[in-house]
Amino acid sequence: MATPTTTATLDLAARFPGAVSADARPGYKGWIVEKDKLIEVATAIRDEFGYDHLTAVTGVDYLPEGKMEVVYHAFKTTGGPVLTFKVQVPRVDPVEVPSVTSIWPGAEFQEREAWDLLGVKFTNHPDLRRILLWEGFEGHPLRKDWKEAFYEEDAKPFKSRWPEGKHVMAEEKNPFKDNINFPKDFDPEQWVPEGEAALYGALARYQVQEGSLKTDHIVINMGPQHPSTHGVFRAAVTVDGETVVSLKPVMGYLHRNHDKIGERNTFLQNMPFTDRLDYFNSMSNNFGYAVAVEKLMNIQVAERAEYIRVIMAELSRIQNHLVFIGMLGNDLGMMYTPALYAFEERELILDIFEAVSGSRMMCNYYRFGGVVRDLPEGVLEKIKGLVFERLPVKADELDRMLTENEVFVARMKGVKVIDAENAIRYSITGPVLRAAGVPYDIRRADPYSIYDRFDFDIPTRPNGDLMDNYLLRLDEIRQSLRILQQAVKQIPEGPVMTGKPQYQVRVPAGESYGRVESPKGELAFYVVSNGKPNPFRYHVRPPSFVNITALEKMCVGTKIADFIAILGVIDIVLGELDR
Amino acid sequence: MDNEQLNSPGYDIPDELKNVVSITTLDRIYNWGRRSSVWPLMFGLACCAIEMIAAQASRYDMARFGMEVMRPTPRQADMMLVSGTVTKKMVPLIVRLYNQMPEPKYVVAMGACASGGGPFKEGYNVVAGIDKFLPVDVYIPGCPPTPQALIAGMIKLQEKIDKESLSKVRWYDKKKEDSVYIPVPVLGPDLMDPRRFAEIKAIAAAKEG
Repeated sequence: MATPTTTATLDLAARFPGAVSADARPGYKGWIVEKDKLIEVATAIRDEFGYDHLTAVTGVDYLPEGKMEVVYHAFKTTGGPVLTFKVQVPRVDPVEVPSVTSIWPGAEFQEREAWDLLGVKFTNHPDLRRILLWEGFEGHPLRKDWKEAFYEEDAKPFKSRWPEGKHVMAEEKNPFKDNINFPKDFDPEQWVPEGEAALYGALARYQVQEGSLKTDHIVINMGPQHPSTHGVFRAAVTVDGETVVSLKPVMGYLHRNHDKIGERNTFLQNMPFTDRLDYFNSMSNNFGYAVAVEKLMNIQVAERAEYIRVIMAELSRIQNHLVFIGMLGNDLGMMYTPALYAFEERELILDIFEAVSGSRMMCNYYRFGGVVRDLPEGVLEKIKGLVFERLPVKADELDRMLTENEVFVARMKGVKVIDAENAIRYSITGPVLRAAGVPYDIRRADPYSIYDRFDFDIPTRPNGDLMDNYLLRLDEIRQSLRILQQAVKQIPEGPVMTGKPQYQVRVPAGESYGRVESPKGELAFYVVSNGKPNPFRYHVRPPSFVNITALEKMCVGTKIADFIAILGVIDIVLGELDR
Repeated sequence: MDNEQLNSPGYDIPDELKNVVSITTLDRIYNWGRRSSVWPLMFGLACCAIEMIAAQASRYDMARFGMEVMRPTPRQADMMLVSGTVTKKMVPLIVRLYNQMPEPKYVVAMGACASGGGPFKEGYNVVAGIDKFLPVDVYIPGCPPTPQALIAGMIKLQEKIDKESLSKVRWYDKKKEDSVYIPVPVLGPDLMDPRRFAEIKAIAAAKEG
């Protein structure tokens, strides 16, 4: 592991005079690194200062200042807050920044995303292709001067809808009468699609023949419509017999433009959109966004609301892990039975979500400074019944049914997912990291909300195989129940919101990186405000997307059937993978 | 259609044949068979797919309506449940899946996104409703629709199947070939519908700047 025994105190400006300066803009923190020195500084950040885990890479287009900024967030797997460092380059094409994939390989997909959406060219990147959109797409959509086909205004609420309310359909305003836009004098019949030559080219590079026996390699495309890819995920796999030789994930089939829509929305309007990121855990997503914006607004959360937030987030974690176990059964061929057990309990938790928020899945329950409404009468008793009586028994039942099942154990044990060292290098977070033996959980390492008040363990497992990944989820269900049992006992009476509820919150200028431990890993929101009612930049750091960076590393050398199981234990959800 | 209706075709049946033979019309027996075993394509796009799974699980149990057999291959499916946001990158594949389904085939748009773009309509990668490409039989409102709403939508589809007539359905109508095979959209600088190539060219030529 790259963690050194002693860690130098962090003053990058003193360590690299001339190359690094502190970010002095009001509301900003972190360091600004000179582009040419980035690799040198990043190496020191990892090796000297101990920030072994690069968690987020994204960009911001500061059009008024004529600058493009690439923002990096790193943390130590031994705990502590995140370190922010940035590179600023003039906004003149080509915008070029050196790639940090040689230091943290986990940056690969996030850099590809920044290239796709912002047009930042990362030099020395191993495979710089578009990732969410397709090759041939016109422009880089997150640039501030790029306008979508249904563009109306820079910021909501649109004047056509409020206060006048003379709204016309977006289709009628666009010359093409649809959500499409083409350059002048474009002729569709002359268009030659770029196809997927780039994808297969990237696959082909890894095809090295070994030994004297010449064997044929076959490329298999799994998905986007495939029963085991958990949605519209696609992987192009080269196999030699049954062994995976190379693999490239293809995504973007559910790219719903959260970032771009988020910049048009007001701060509060983004809350329901976060529901639809990881649609199993809308409560956790709300939590992350609320934490990020509250940091920026610098407000306290009402005491009772903190408890309600923790209760909802942990219930959400339990139902996510239940569904995970059920769906893993489906992936392995135990069709439906574990899934039916899991969904039975999930429905009971969804009943609680429906009672407090009005919706089973898309809760939109958290607000800046609290939650939208108090628990209705009788709900706390229901939760107590679940966390003290029903769920512990049901977790044991699932445990008995699967953990002692000989076929299940034989299939799962010893199939390696990833080891601790590579898990850190590839920026993996969440249960997959802990199943590899790294006790990193944001609830403990960088506590947010009131998690420091509860007594709970961070479970880890030593082997990092499929079985450990499954067992870790069971452990986490039990730890979540422990937190819940304490929370429902301690929850105080009082208001559930600080201040008056308001539609238009005032957010001072600055940046904020708010992160929570979602059931799938580190879910973070990077929000930049310029003091206006809308975020200047709204970026989601989704755990599924970053965890999938290591998919090729995990799968090469295993059998193709294990690929399904490994994809199953990463527990991706396409809503946040593609956003 | 219940059994009594099915067995009373409106003719007089001699007493000695009652309870021995059933007389019905071809349309009725065909529709009865169709509606009682609608096999959906196992195909989830987004959030709505989770409610679709919940509707299949124990509390809601869609199997009660003869719809539990989800087929992952379009060749064995009768009904495409478009459960989620249709993106530009995905729509060529959805159209190809639809083309591969054998007739009779139905399309159900589940949720706000599949019906009209929903909350993501303004997005640059979002198709504002699957009905821009496929003929939709039933729209189910909601974001996402609850399992009850989904089942209600499925029952609506059954009611629609009940009213079909073999002589009028679109897949046997030679004049309406388009509604069975849909030209697959192409990904260019933006999404291109082959049915609108000439139109796109004309508008792009007339564009300013």
